[in-house]
Amino acid sequence: MSTQLRGSILPKWFAVALAGLSIGSAVMIERTTSVAGVGGTITLAVLLYLVLQTTWSFTVEGRRHAIDRLFATLMYSSFVIAALPLATLIWTVVSKGIKELDMNFLSHSMRSVSPSKPGGGVYHALLGTLEQVGIATLIAVPIGILTALYLVEYARGGRLAKAISFFVDVMTGVPSIVAGLFIYTAFVLTFGFDRSGFAAALALTILMLPVIVRATEEMLKIVPADLREASLALGIPKWKTILRIVLPTAIGGIITGVMLAVARVAGETAPLLLTTFLSQSINQNPFAGPQAAIPTFIWDQISSATPASLDRAWAGALTLILLIMVFYGTAKLIARYYAPKA
Amino acid sequence: MTQGLIDPPKSSISGSAVRRGDQIFRGITVGSGLLILLVMTSIGIFLTWKALPSFSHNSSNFFTESQWFPDQDTPIFGIAALAFGTFVAAIIAMLLAMPTGIGTSLFITFYAPKKLAGVMAFFIDLLAAVPSIIFGLWGLQFLMPHSEGVARWLDRYLGFIPIFQNRTDLYTKSLLIAGIVLAIMILPTISAISREVFNQVPRSHVEAALALGATRWEMVRMAVLPFGRPGIISASMLGLGRALGETIAVALILSAVFEVNPHITEPGGNTFAANIALKWNEAGPNGLSALIASGLVLFLITLGVNSVARGIIARRKDFSGAQ
Amino acid sequence: MKITRIAIATVAIATTLSLTACGSDNNASSSASAPAGGVTGALKASGSSAQKNAMAEWVNAFQTANPGATIDYQANGSGAGVQDFINAQTDFAGSDSALKPEEVAGAAARCAGNNAIDIPMVGGAIALAYNIDGVDSLVLDPKTTAGIFTGKITKWNDPAIAALNAGVALPAATIASFHRSDSSGTTDNFTKWLIATTPDTYTLAGGKDWVAPGGQGAKGSDGVASSVASTKNSIGYMELSFVQTQNLKAAKIDNGGGAVEATSDAAAKTIAAATVKGTGNDLALNIDRTVADGASYPIVLVTYEITCEKGLDAAQAALVKSFLTYTSSDEAQGALSGAGYVPITGDLLTKVRASVAAIS
Repeated sequence: MSTQLRGSILPKWFAVALAGLSIGSAVMIERTTSVAGVGGTITLAVLLYLVLQTTWSFTVEGRRHAIDRLFATLMYSSFVIAALPLATLIWTVVSKGIKELDMNFLSHSMRSVSPSKPGGGVYHALLGTLEQVGIATLIAVPIGILTALYLVEYARGGRLAKAISFFVDVMTGVPSIVAGLFIYTAFVLTFGFDRSGFAAALALTILMLPVIVRATEEMLKIVPADLREASLALGIPKWKTILRIVLPTAIGGIITGVMLAVARVAGETAPLLLTTFLSQSINQNPFAGPQAAIPTFIWDQISSATPASLDRAWAGALTLILLIMVFYGTAKLIARYYAPKA
Repeated sequence: MTQGLIDPPKSSISGSAVRRGDQIFRGITVGSGLLILLVMTSIGIFLTWKALPSFSHNSSNFFTESQWFPDQDTPIFGIAALAFGTFVAAIIAMLLAMPTGIGTSLFITFYAPKKLAGVMAFFIDLLAAVPSIIFGLWGLQFLMPHSEGVARWLDRYLGFIPIFQNRTDLYTKSLLIAGIVLAIMILPTISAISREVFNQVPRSHVEAALALGATRWEMVRMAVLPFGRPGIISASMLGLGRALGETIAVALILSAVFEVNPHITEPGGNTFAANIALKWNEAGPNGLSALIASGLVLFLITLGVNSVARGIIARRKDFSGAQ
Repeated sequence: MKITRIAIATVAIATTLSLTACGSDNNASSSASAPAGGVTGALKASGSSAQKNAMAEWVNAFQTANPGATIDYQANGSGAGVQDFINAQTDFAGSDSALKPEEVAGAAARCAGNNAIDIPMVGGAIALAYNIDGVDSLVLDPKTTAGIFTGKITKWNDPAIAALNAGVALPAATIASFHRSDSSGTTDNFTKWLIATTPDTYTLAGGKDWVAPGGQGAKGSDGVASSVASTKNSIGYMELSFVQTQNLKAAKIDNGGGAVEATSDAAAKTIAAATVKGTGNDLALNIDRTVADGASYPIVLVTYEITCEKGLDAAQAALVKSFLTYTSSDEAQGALSGAGYVPITGDLLTKVRASVAAIS
């Protein structure tokens, strides 16, 4: 009788061998049938690899390990599939954007710069985006988190909670252009305000709210009930329990949710076209007068369609991505600072 | 539900069960919820109010007509083609993005080396920061030429399935490509939220499964997925919301044809949001009203889709580890 | 904690950058000059995207000469521009078509009961740009153009095209035609030309939306131009300036009197021959698109600036008048053809100046 505890496993070199075999066969098939070029060949190679690995593992290691290996490979490939477009996208934006992006670009506006000539910059739009997204975040974050707190901590599945939670879901489907349209008609046409950065911030708030509420809700739901019960059992008021125990536990996820919301609205073009008036000059006041933003700046440069303006458009896109990276890094730092130490 | 455990029972032992601080805080949270209700109701009322005039001026059936000429002397317009295109593009996007997004977040949480995981997560989250107009441009200039081969291949070898058949010789500006771009756009949303949920899976569950001799996949299937299911569905709903309402990127890519064409590799297709963006600037009074009516329909569709999703979550609630 | 330090430093830099007032509006390098003057104030205008780059050049020159003045032109489309003007969001609108009868009442209300006037300011030529390997010169007439864009002519070596292009080796390839997927004045003027010249072949409705079956849509003239540039054996219609920026070739148009190249000068002749159908200072035009003199390019587009003859706020009226006086000057109009636009010339320009002078 064998005393071996481990079943037999595939040799270490199996992955390399299988990969070589799959790629080789895929290339052969590509040559003979002329399928879909590089993309098709890679897909074919991956499929071949999956089939070969599963068969081999099944015969040597048994069913459970074969399935385990199959799914591990699928996870690895799904990450690669997700990362590939991102890599090409980032590469496109960086390689095209770096040409114009310098201190001059960051510190100058587009005032009196001809569309067909190089020069000018994004400063006026950067300022506008910071102000508009900043105001939107200031409004949306408290409302969003408080609503999620109500839904998770207070409401006991009542009618009101169901209605709110349902409409938050529906809110995720409000097309950005409809949000802009709503603010334009209500705020500008009905109440008679001028188009401004603040009007844009209101439209962006509508788009941010559902993302924040839903993400916060999910994070609050998975805070273990033991934590709450322990705190309540010590006689700590519920509101203090929420603020001191529940929120800090969930803060990492909440901040990710807020960042997703910020990242999403910072690049929104359609609502800004309706709610702001595009300017080429610096306007520090978000409450009055025409104000630019990076998305409208990009849109404006693209529609000029001259080589110089397209360079500026890509540089604007790179600026926006860098800006979001800075936000993101800051938020993660804050999260690390406030998160309970394990 | 969790809440039942937390709230002190009504017949509290102490005389004053309700504290002032709690009342105020609860009031604030209810107020926020009500504010959201108010905003949503006013958007709904406003859309209906602005959309109504166009219905009386339509000489065709709004739901079955696929043409869109609301500013003609005899206005003819309908949402058949728009609804079709919106659904097809969103379905393609969800089919591609859901498995990839969930797979990516499982990979980052449970498979990748810990040190790499943070960098990878950041890398994927960056996708969310790319403005949609850039996605559109990239889709148009980079992805479209590079994915023509896939469309050609689908037509050539799977062309016997009608949806892949291509009767023109053109493989660009199609619903398939719009769907792929949408999938890439919603991937970070799905991946980021499901990743946060997976991160919260109690370590004890994971370790218990592994200690019992489960393989890594069995651990994921038995401990992680049931716990994360509501979160995954929420994440997917957020992604679907964005896919349904995405405007500029789709407007740049699609050929915007007002025709119900099930051949997804052929140029054509149109969606609610893209149509609003394309027609808005030059629309006359009836045209504006008709576009708002189409926005209202999109709004109602999201409402319907969310009801269905809620039904699914409610039925699966028993399995959720969070409850 | 090295990463933390780097992150903090980045944040600090970003914050200082954006919050201190180190940004600058000063991009002084413009060589163009407008009549120097001390005009000050802020002007908002919106509308036609066809005249976007022309406006940008004019605004730059005007702002350089009058540093106290700021003019913002948002190219959000003619329809939206007219609505903005009627809703008193802007001081003037740019539009590819004159005010429609149903818009006149709203515009009059905006002008405190006075007339709103259409002033033609920027002309444009709509070119048929194509991308066929080895074909450097192509002639089309209204009939073949209509055939191509409605899907009746599907091959480049179709007898109808070959008959117009003796000696050109046309390939047997399928034609990929591109049209605008968004509503636009360009589509409107292009179909107006087809309807005027060949009503028998092009039997569809005109208007700002493309209605013919077949072909592929692209958003904006830039979208059409880049699609044509990247697709072999394709053709599309777009403003002349996009032909130049994308290095495309434009077909010559034969209205019956000989093939005419798509140039700014040839298009200016067609616009100068237009008759005024508006009354008083309103200069809404009637363009003869069937012109067949062998020298006038027939597919043209005119962008109007729409503003109040009287009734604007006094300060705004003065600024509008000052700006439009500059844009109708010889210098400003002369700069147009360099940017791919078509200047207003001859008697029509005199009338334009008289209309601008009447603004008060």
